[in-house]
Parts: sequence; structure tokens; C-alpha cells
Amino acid sequence: MLYINNLNVELENEKKKILNGVNLDINAGEVHAIMGPNGSGKSTLSYVLSGKDGYRVTEGSATFEGREILELSPDERASLGLFLAFQYPVEIPGVGNMTFLRTALNSQRKSRGVEELSAAEFLKIVREKAKNLKIDAEMLKRPVNVGFSGGEKKRNEILQMAMLEPKMCILDETDSGLDVDAMKLVAEGVNALRSKDRSFLVITHYQRLLDHIVPDVVHIMADGKIIKSGGADLALEVENNGYSDLLAEYN
Amino acid sequence: MPKTNLTEQKISSYSLPTEASWAIKSRKSALNWLETTGLPNRRDEYWKNTDPSYFNTIKKPERNKIDYVENSIFENIDRINIVFEDGYFNASKSDELLLKGIEIDTISVANQKDNHWSANYFGVLEKSSQVPVERTLASLNTAFAVEGLAIRITDKIDKPISITYLHTNDTSDVLIHHVIKIEKNASVTILESGGVASRSNCLMEVFVCENAEFDHVRVQGRSHEKIAVTHLFANLLKDSSMKSFTLTVNGKSIRNEYVVDINGENSKAHLGGAAVGDRGFSQDDTIFVSHNNPNCESRQVFKKVLRNGAKGVFQGKILVKDGAQKTDGYQISQGLMLDDDSSFLAKPELEIYADDVICSHGSTCGEIDNAALFYLTSRGIPMAEAQDMLVLAFLNDAIEEISDESIRTIIGSRLKDWMVKRHKS
Repeated sequence: MLYINNLNVELENEKKKILNGVNLDINAGEVHAIMGPNGSGKSTLSYVLSGKDGYRVTEGSATFEGREILELSPDERASLGLFLAFQYPVEIPGVGNMTFLRTALNSQRKSRGVEELSAAEFLKIVREKAKNLKIDAEMLKRPVNVGFSGGEKKRNEILQMAMLEPKMCILDETDSGLDVDAMKLVAEGVNALRSKDRSFLVITHYQRLLDHIVPDVVHIMADGKIIKSGGADLALEVENNGYSDLLAEYN
Repeated sequence: MPKTNLTEQKISSYSLPTEASWAIKSRKSALNWLETTGLPNRRDEYWKNTDPSYFNTIKKPERNKIDYVENSIFENIDRINIVFEDGYFNASKSDELLLKGIEIDTISVANQKDNHWSANYFGVLEKSSQVPVERTLASLNTAFAVEGLAIRITDKIDKPISITYLHTNDTSDVLIHHVIKIEKNASVTILESGGVASRSNCLMEVFVCENAEFDHVRVQGRSHEKIAVTHLFANLLKDSSMKSFTLTVNGKSIRNEYVVDINGENSKAHLGGAAVGDRGFSQDDTIFVSHNNPNCESRQVFKKVLRNGAKGVFQGKILVKDGAQKTDGYQISQGLMLDDDSSFLAKPELEIYADDVICSHGSTCGEIDNAALFYLTSRGIPMAEAQDMLVLAFLNDAIEEISDESIRTIIGSRLKDWMVKRHKS
């Protein structure tokens, strides 16, 4: 599904290298987790994959669904089925959450040549999905993320994911800022979307989230590259011993 | 050209109409003020950022045909329809004006009558608004405008009165002067739309009596060549309220002046404006709100979206007089620049002589929020559409100042249509 080959990235404005040859293959239906200390390049990887400005790819490639995506605009990548759940969802005053969701969904449908949903059809679907995530009608009416609590913002991200039905979901520290109950709710939302055709890349600092979203593969990232990969128990090892042993081993 | 010569020449291109003695008196008084004070020039404090020569020159501006016969944006709502064509009231295109609770005459008729109700109101607010800042383009209007309406509202009027200014001919230099009085406990919504003329000078004096309500929504025609100056003078008595919103899209130079005098307790005045323009666009809102009594509220919410070298000007003042305690005054002006060539010049002013008031003003100038743009595009929304969403979101606070939801929706969707057309053109 997503194949990243020797990806090297630096900041556009300063010659600072962030990613130093990332290799990662994610097949359909797999859940991969990336863990790593602060500043290891985890979030940068998610931004570069989804097309955020400010980074320069100096080497390497990323193919998604058979297409080289690094040259595509963010909306083109989204329409191919790539989704990034933001660590810090952006507040957009003046844009209603519903309008935003419907515009996004219909833009993607249009780009795929699928008929756009009518307001009534859309409303029916969004109400049902929102209910599962305990998002009430009032929250749907408010401007995007404005005045949302940390938990509400993350649930809103999962709602978008559920509505857009992407093939590849990247979750950037979705557990940050969540209490245990909120994390469970978000994890349930994610698990409900797991299927043999949909893959996940879960970026997290802590093993906690991985108790709820059990990964097939865990990668440890440091210094802009993946230094170790293993099964779900690798996350437990990190939780118990910290990153220092792994980093010492790598150095 | 020296100020006096220019003013003399300008005056000589008009003549005073023959009317009832009260009207002649008002016009002569305005003319006298204009002669002694002179038309504005760049050295005047409130004309530093907008070139007054667009409005002053004797030479008529270039003709333009872009907004000829643009249908009223309000045509699909149930309304009392009044049409002006090239600056003149057109009775055959307007609805019957004999309505319960409404008295309407054109000023050309009203000013002939010795005992018309407007005798005590025509030119009165224009005159009182000349101090401390001279507004001689308004004096010019009072002296020479022969068209406009005298509207007296004596009841709560459900249907809005819609005034459409058709521009069907190569017309310029149209002067229009309205006098509106909303009697005690009465209310009305006035809608204005259309291009008026290639150069226009429109003035509205509004008297809002006790417990009366005045709602005003104005959409200025969208010709790129349009030159327009407007004055809205309002006087509010106790327990009354006014709301005025203006949408300006395109134009060469548009200056909208407001003078609002709050002369009774528990009154509210809300002013809002949204302006969108590019290239030679220069749009100016110059506002003076005076709190003369306690327990009143005023808001000024003005937003401008500027592109390709456009210029936005905001000069807004809140004056709180001694004794006007518990005043709640708010003012925000914001410019959104879509490129590096545009400019937004803001002069927010507060002058407060009472000690127990809440007054705030803010002014910002910025570009599109890149984080928000990435968020929207990362969900599959194409860049151009995402930008439009953010532009509309930026203007939304000003549009929210319109109290009627259906009118608010019309304004929002018209703005959206224009943006989509812009991408296609």
C-alpha cells in the first residue's frame, strides 16, 4: 500500500536534515506503529507524506497505491486515500464543521469521479458516525475545532477519518492530551475502521495507545531513520526500559 | 489646483433647485459651508490615505459598462421594491408606495412642499456632523442632490424596503439624498443595491426615535471602475437600535463615511462592512460613533480582503462623552492580504471622557493562515477552494452583523459565487 524508500528530508529554509533515509513498507490491512524520542523525525515523516510545505525531499521516494506521491498536492494525496490525523488539529474560525466535512468528502468524491452526496444523504451518514464517537449535533455545528477540548479535537479527527474512509491512515500522536477514557473512545473509533483494505501508521510516544490499537509491526525511530523494527512486544520493551538501551545499541 | 479654485469650479457645475423656502435654506447653508471650508484635499487629517481627487475632479470619470443593469441581489426575497435608474426614481419599475405605516416621497416632491414632515430633518444631521471633522462632500450632496427619498416609518414594517440603483446609461456624478425617520416604536429594514453610476455621492440621514429599530444592508455594485462616496448619518434616541452592513466588491475608489450620534440611554449601534477587491481597488471606511448618554452599546466590525495591489483604509473612532457611563464600545478592523503588493491602513481611535466604560479596539493585518490551509487541503479540498473558504471565514464576523438570517445567507452565497467566477475568469 505505502512504500517509503530511502527518504531524506531537510527543512526548506535552513539546511537542517530531519529524515536520514527512512525505509518503510506498509501492506494493505497492516497496522504499523512508530515510536521514538522527541525530535527523532516522527511528525516530519507524517507531514512529508501528507504534503505539508516547508520541507525539501533531497533523496528517496514514497509510493502509495502505485503512485509516486511526493510531487502531488495535499488534496491529491487525500483523494488517493491518504489521511493524516493531526497531533494538533487546527482551529478554523468561521468555517462550520459540517460545511468543512461535506466539502472535503464531496471534493474527494468529485476527484474520484463519484457522484457528490446531497445535503440530506450527507447529514444521515455524519449523524450516525458522530453518534458512535459521542459527538453531539452542537459540536458538528460549531466552527472547525474552535472551542473544542483536547479530547473533542481528537474525536473530530477520527470522525473525519470515518467520513472520508481513507485507505491509509496516519495518526500523529493521537493519544497526546487525552485522558484514559478519551483515549479508549478514540481507539475504539480507530479499531472500528480496521479492515483488510485499510492500513494504519500510528505515531506515538507511549505504549499505552498500543494496548488499545494493537499493531502488527512496531518501528523505533531515532535520528531521522528507523533503527529497529519488531512485533508488538517491542513497544513493551520501550515502555519498560526507555529508549536509551536501543539508542546505545544503534550507536 | 488650490482648494478654493477647485471648490468654486465644482460648485459652478451645479445649480440650486427652486424649492420651498425651508429646502432652499438648508441647501444654502450647506453650500455656504462648502464654499468656506472647501472640498477635501490630501492635507486634511482624514484624507491622508485616500485620494480625494477621485471625488473632487470636475472631469467626469471614464464610463464603464460592467455593472449595467445588474439585478438586485435581493430580488428573491419578499420586499417593497423601489428602483432608481441612473440616479432618478423610476415609478414604473417600483412598487406602489401607498403602504400602511410608511410615507414615501421623492425629495424632489417633498422639497416643493411648504409643510412636508422632512422640512425639519433635511440636511440636519449632515450639518451637525461637520464638526469636529469637515465632510464637505456631504455638504455638496445636501446643496445639490435633487433625487432621493423622504421615508417616514410609523409602524413595524415586516417587509424590507429594497432600493435598487440601476445603472443603465453612461451616467456619472449622481447625487442621491435620503431622509429617513423611524418614529417611536416603529421598525424597518432598508436594503440598497446596485451600481448607481460611474461616480456617485449618496447620502442617508436617519432619525431613529425612541424604541425604534433601523436595519440597513447595502451592497455596492461591482464594477472595477466605480467611484463612490457615501455618508450615513444617524441619530439614535433612547432604547433604539440600528444595524448597518455594507458589502463592497471591486471599484476604483469607494469611501463610506458613518457618523452615528447616540443620544439616548440603552441604545445600540452596530456597523459592519466586508470589502473584497484587487488591482486599483481602494476602499475606505471612515467612522465616527459618539456616545453622548450612559448605558449604550456600539460595535464596528470591518474586514477587507485585498489582492494585487489593492488598498484598504479604516479610520474608526469611538467618542465617549463625559457622563456616558457604562458605555460598551467595540471596534475591530482587519485586513487579509492575499499577496505582498496590497496594503491596509488602519487608524483606530478611542476618545473617552467617562470613567466607567468598556471600550476596546483592535486592528490586524495578515495573510491566509497556512496551517488552516494545509488542514483543509489535507482533507482533499483543492487549494483554490480552500483559500476561498478561509476568505469567507475571515469575512464571516462582519457578515454576522446582519441580523436577518436569510439576508445573511444571500450575502454569503453571493460572495461565494463571485469567488468561483473569479477562478473561472
